[in-house]
Amino acid sequence: MKTSSSALELQAAGGARKKRNLLDLPCIPELLLLCAGLAAMALMPDEMGFLTRAVTSMLFVLSLDLVLGYCGVVTLGHAALFGVGAYAAGIYAIHLSPEPLTGLLVGGVAGGIVAAATGLFLLRTHGLTCLMMTIAVAQILLEILNKWRSVTGGDDGLSGVVVRPVLGVFEFDFLGRTGFLYSLAVLVVAFAVMRRLVGSPFGLTCIGIREDRQRMTALGCHVYGHTLVMYVLGGVFAGIAGALMAQTTQVVGLSSLGFAWSAEALVMLVLGGMGRLWGAVIGTVLFMVVHHFASAIDPFKWMFVIGGLLIAVVLLFPSGLVDAASRLFGRLGGMRRE
Amino acid sequence: MQLIASILVDGISYGMVLFIISVGLSITMGLMRVVNLAHGVFAMLGGYVAVALAAWLGLRPELAAALAIAVVAALAWPLERWLFRKVYGRGELQQVLLTIGIVFVGMAAVGTLFGNGLTAFTLPGYMRDTIDIGFRVLPKHRLAVLLAGGLVLLGLWALFSRTGFGISMRASVDKAQAAEALGIDTSRVYRYGFMLGAALAALGGILGAELLPLEPYYPLKYLVLFLAVVAVGGMGSIFGSFAAALLLGLVETASKYLMPEIASIMFYATMLLALSWKPQGLFGRRA
Repeated sequence: MKTSSSALELQAAGGARKKRNLLDLPCIPELLLLCAGLAAMALMPDEMGFLTRAVTSMLFVLSLDLVLGYCGVVTLGHAALFGVGAYAAGIYAIHLSPEPLTGLLVGGVAGGIVAAATGLFLLRTHGLTCLMMTIAVAQILLEILNKWRSVTGGDDGLSGVVVRPVLGVFEFDFLGRTGFLYSLAVLVVAFAVMRRLVGSPFGLTCIGIREDRQRMTALGCHVYGHTLVMYVLGGVFAGIAGALMAQTTQVVGLSSLGFAWSAEALVMLVLGGMGRLWGAVIGTVLFMVVHHFASAIDPFKWMFVIGGLLIAVVLLFPSGLVDAASRLFGRLGGMRRE
Repeated sequence: MQLIASILVDGISYGMVLFIISVGLSITMGLMRVVNLAHGVFAMLGGYVAVALAAWLGLRPELAAALAIAVVAALAWPLERWLFRKVYGRGELQQVLLTIGIVFVGMAAVGTLFGNGLTAFTLPGYMRDTIDIGFRVLPKHRLAVLLAGGLVLLGLWALFSRTGFGISMRASVDKAQAAEALGIDTSRVYRYGFMLGAALAALGGILGAELLPLEPYYPLKYLVLFLAVVAVGGMGSIFGSFAAALLLGLVETASKYLMPEIASIMFYATMLLALSWKPQGLFGRRA
């Protein structure tokens, strides 16, 4: 049974290898991401806070892409993992140690633990039931953190999350330049890890599960186990994203676990197109830019924009804008869904 | 004793409101297999249209409510035709996204037209009166809710088991392809089923405005509530929705009386337990 599953993996891997191009090379995509980030920093030197938020959102959306885009788990409670990571890192920085890198680790571990604990029973179901349970889990966690005032500050949230200089050298400055570069570095590293992950036999098996659960079961693949592992990995990255948010904004609020944040991440992912890492990146950029300019006008107008965008994407470009664009401009290889 | 009776009365009337709103959702989700997150929009629209008709045209509240239900049902027709029909048979995710989009647009429209705050539907005078039922004084409105819930349950039961339309609907829920092969016009069944669901949601939105106050964020705020009833009850099952609505309504009301600190945790925990125990819902069939 095991052999047939790995045979499929090999076959899939071989298929992917044929289409190698620039964006599949070891370091090019990461360098591209880094350059894009530095270019954004040079172009908008006064918008460091916004850019940092965009980078943390990107990491969060990428983690959602692992779970939803690569494994097919439809979740509306992903923010729970982000929020838990943020609170863990915040509490760690305030009470234990203001060291940022270990703080990230704490956030990632917290996200992973919560993902493992909840995934154990969440992933036994799928479809609507699973969707409902992800919402319920996120709401329960939100309520627990809300009521546990002594540790989390309840409604007021955690504030005054101050961290020491990164690696003891780069101090967080008033303008937020260090915060942005630090976030960008974390994003690039995480992106590289995720790219390795989704290209590995494990990642390809997960794609197989997304495409056809029954067939993968018939092939002897342990569907539940693979899904669980991917869910935990998604939780780790979501937790790191949350920790990054806590460290760069210095506050953690209950909205970091809220339903709206889960839904927004979903919108970002779908705008770009799920099932490819670039889709998550581009979708986040699009969403954040539109949000930045539209929400300044009026929150209800913003809802019109986002609702209309969603309806249009579903009706006109079901596989996301990146896919539509790459079809329009010929094969931009690499950006295509794997 | 008095506490238990109070919990029962409040819990059951809350459950009835949940039932009236969610049963329409259960019908549409069971029938068309669409994960519809936009159902609350119809409930909200029902409430707002009733308020607007009563205020702008000076209609009597009952008449305004009846007209509002008709308006919402009429509005559901083009929505089903041009939007929902496009995602029948597509993946859950596409359905989730489309209906979240509709939720956002609905909230934006209502927020722009009626403003950000709470809006109250003025009940007719005789419903605002109170009635003494022995151990406590109750607004008559609660009795109207109980009555309406009972009538809806009875009416749907009669519709589904006693009429030709109900039979075609049940056939389409069970197996759309076979129903079509037998000459049932499923797209017609879908359209009327959807309009019926929207009308029931509007009725629930108006009747329940005292318990679930009208505001632009209504569809998002109570979304989980309605979905929970459907998921716990089992999609497409009327009695399932009824049982689930009463169960969840009672649990939430009881915990609000007894341990207000953790009321919403209790609600979600009940839902998690029920779904872990029976993933297809209490009265659901295996898909």
